Amino acid sequence: MGKRSAKGWLYLLPAILFLGFFLVYPLVDVFVYSFEESYNFASQTYAGAGTYNYSYILRDPYFLQAIKNTFILVIITVPVSTGLALLISLALNSIKRLRQLFQTVYFLPYVTNTLAVGLVFMILFQRTPYTDGFVNLMLSWFGAGPVDFIDGPYAAKMFVLCLYTVWIVLPFKILILTSALASVSEDYYNAARIDNTPPFRVFRKITLPMISPSIVYLVITGFIGAFKAYSDAVALFGTNLNAAGMNTIVGYVYDMLYGSSGGYPSYASAAAIVLFVIVLTITVINLLVSKKHVHYNS
Amino acid sequence: MDNNFTGAGKAARIRKKIFRVLIYLFLAFWGLVVLFPFYWMVLTSIKGYGAYNSEYIPQLYTADPTLENYVEAFTSVPLGRYFLNTIVFTVGTTAIMLVVTVLAAYAFARLEFRGKNLVFLLFLSLMMIPSELVVITNFVTITNLDLRNTFTGLILPSVTSVFYIYLLKENFEQVPDQLYYAAKVDGTSDLKYMFKVMIPICRPTIVTITILKVIECWNSYVWPRLITDDGNYYLVSNGIQAIRESGFGRENIPAMMAAVVAISVPLIVLFVIFRKMIMAGVSRGGTKG
Repeated sequence: MGKRSAKGWLYLLPAILFLGFFLVYPLVDVFVYSFEESYNFASQTYAGAGTYNYSYILRDPYFLQAIKNTFILVIITVPVSTGLALLISLALNSIKRLRQLFQTVYFLPYVTNTLAVGLVFMILFQRTPYTDGFVNLMLSWFGAGPVDFIDGPYAAKMFVLCLYTVWIVLPFKILILTSALASVSEDYYNAARIDNTPPFRVFRKITLPMISPSIVYLVITGFIGAFKAYSDAVALFGTNLNAAGMNTIVGYVYDMLYGSSGGYPSYASAAAIVLFVIVLTITVINLLVSKKHVHYNS
Repeated sequence: MDNNFTGAGKAARIRKKIFRVLIYLFLAFWGLVVLFPFYWMVLTSIKGYGAYNSEYIPQLYTADPTLENYVEAFTSVPLGRYFLNTIVFTVGTTAIMLVVTVLAAYAFARLEFRGKNLVFLLFLSLMMIPSELVVITNFVTITNLDLRNTFTGLILPSVTSVFYIYLLKENFEQVPDQLYYAAKVDGTSDLKYMFKVMIPICRPTIVTITILKVIECWNSYVWPRLITDDGNYYLVSNGIQAIRESGFGRENIPAMMAAVVAISVPLIVLFVIFRKMIMAGVSRGGTKG
C-alpha cells in the first residue's frame, strides 16, 4: 500500500473505529444474543443456542400488547399526519402573506424536547382530584366528558398518544412537502390555466404526481419512525409503560434490557430483531407499491 | 351580456375571497394547536402553587404572575446540574463528531486510496441500521467496561453519524480541484489545506450539522436513561422524567412546568437564531430521531 493510500485510511480511521465498535460489532452481536438461550448477564454464560428467546417473547402478553399498541399507533398516525401535512402545505403554498410566519410556527415542535413537552400534554389531558384539566373543560362546552385521558380507558390513552405523535412529526412532513410544492414548475400551472382546467383536476393531474416522490419518502420514513415510537409514550404515561398498558415494541426492548424488569439482553435482542423484520417488510412493500404509482422526473 | 359577464366575475371573486379567508382560518387554527401547549406551559409556570391547585376549572390567564416556581425548579431539584451535564454531553459529543466527520469526509472527497468506493458504499449501507438494534450490545459493552454513570460512556456511542459524513463529503466535493492542485504546488499539506480552504468554504454545512447534532444531543433520552442511574449524571430528558416521578411531589405542577420551560428555552433560542439553516438542514435529510 502506497504512502498516499495510507493517508486516506488514516483520515478514515477514527470514523471506522467508532462505527466498527458501536455500530457494526453490535449489529452482529445482537443476532448472536438473540439465539443464546438462558443468557446470564452477571456471569456472561449461556446454556445453548436456539430460538427459545423468540418463542418466549412471542408468548409474553406484554410483548403482544406492545405489538398491538405499536400497530394501532402506526395505522392511525401515518395516514393522518401525512394527510394533514399535505393539507397544511397546500394551504401554505396558496398564500403569500404571513406564509413565513406560519412556517416558522409550524416547525417549533421539531426543536422541542419530546419528554418535556409531553408533560404539558399530560397536564392538558389529565384528570386529577383537583381539576378535570383543560381538555375536559373544552369537552364540557360540548356537553361531553369528563374523560381521564392519562389513566383512563384504553381508547382515550391511545387517542392522546396518537395526537401527541402527530403533533411531533408534522413539522418534518410540512417542511418536506412545502419545499416539494414550491419546486413544481409554474409552467405546468400556466398551461392548465390556459386550458381552464378545474382546480381539483390540476391537483390530481399535476400537483400530486409531481410531489409523489416526496409523499412516498414521507410515508416510508413515517412508517419507520412510528414503528420505533417510544419516548412520546414515556412522556405521557411515565416509565412504567407495561403497567399503563401503553408499551411499544421499542419500549419492550428497553424494559427487557434495563429497569425493574430488565437484565435480559437475549429477550431484548429477539424483540429488536422482530421489530427490524417488521420494519424491513413494510418498507419493501411500500417501495414495491410506490414503484407502480409514483412519477419520477427522468 | 356585458353586465352579466361582470356579475359572474364578481361572484367568482367573492367565492375566491371566501376561500382565501377559510384557508387563513385553517392555518391559524393549526398555528393555535401548535402554540397552545407552549402558552400553557409558560402560563402554568407563572401561576402560584396555591392559585394553581385551587383552580378546579383551569384559567386561561393569571392575574398575579410569580417567578417563585423557577426558583423552586432550580433549588429543590438539581435542575442546574442536569443542565450542566447536558451541556458537557452536548459539547463533548458534538466536538468529537465534528473531528471524526470532517476527517472522514475529507478522505472520501479529496484523498485517493485503494478500496475507497467500496468503503464508502459500506458507510452508506450503515445508514440503514436502526439504533434500536445496536443499543443492546452497546449497553452491555459500556456496562462491562464499567463506564456506566460516566461522561465517556454517555458520549462515545453517541458520536457517530454516517449521514453527516455523507452530507459533508458532498459539499467538500464541490470545492474546485484546481484549488487543491495549486495548494499542492505550493507545498501545502493536506491537513493545512483542509483547515485553511475546505472548512472555511464549507462552513455553512459544518454549522448545519453542528446545530442538528446539538438538537439531537439536547433531546436524547434513550441512551442517557439506559446508561445512568446516578442522578449526578442525568441529562435534561431523564432529569425531567425523574422530576415527574419523584421530584417536587406529584402535585407541584407549576414548578414542573417551570422546569419544562427552562429545558425548552435553549433550543427555541437556537432555532430563532439559526432558523433558515436548521430548516434547510432538516429538509436535506433529518428525521426526528
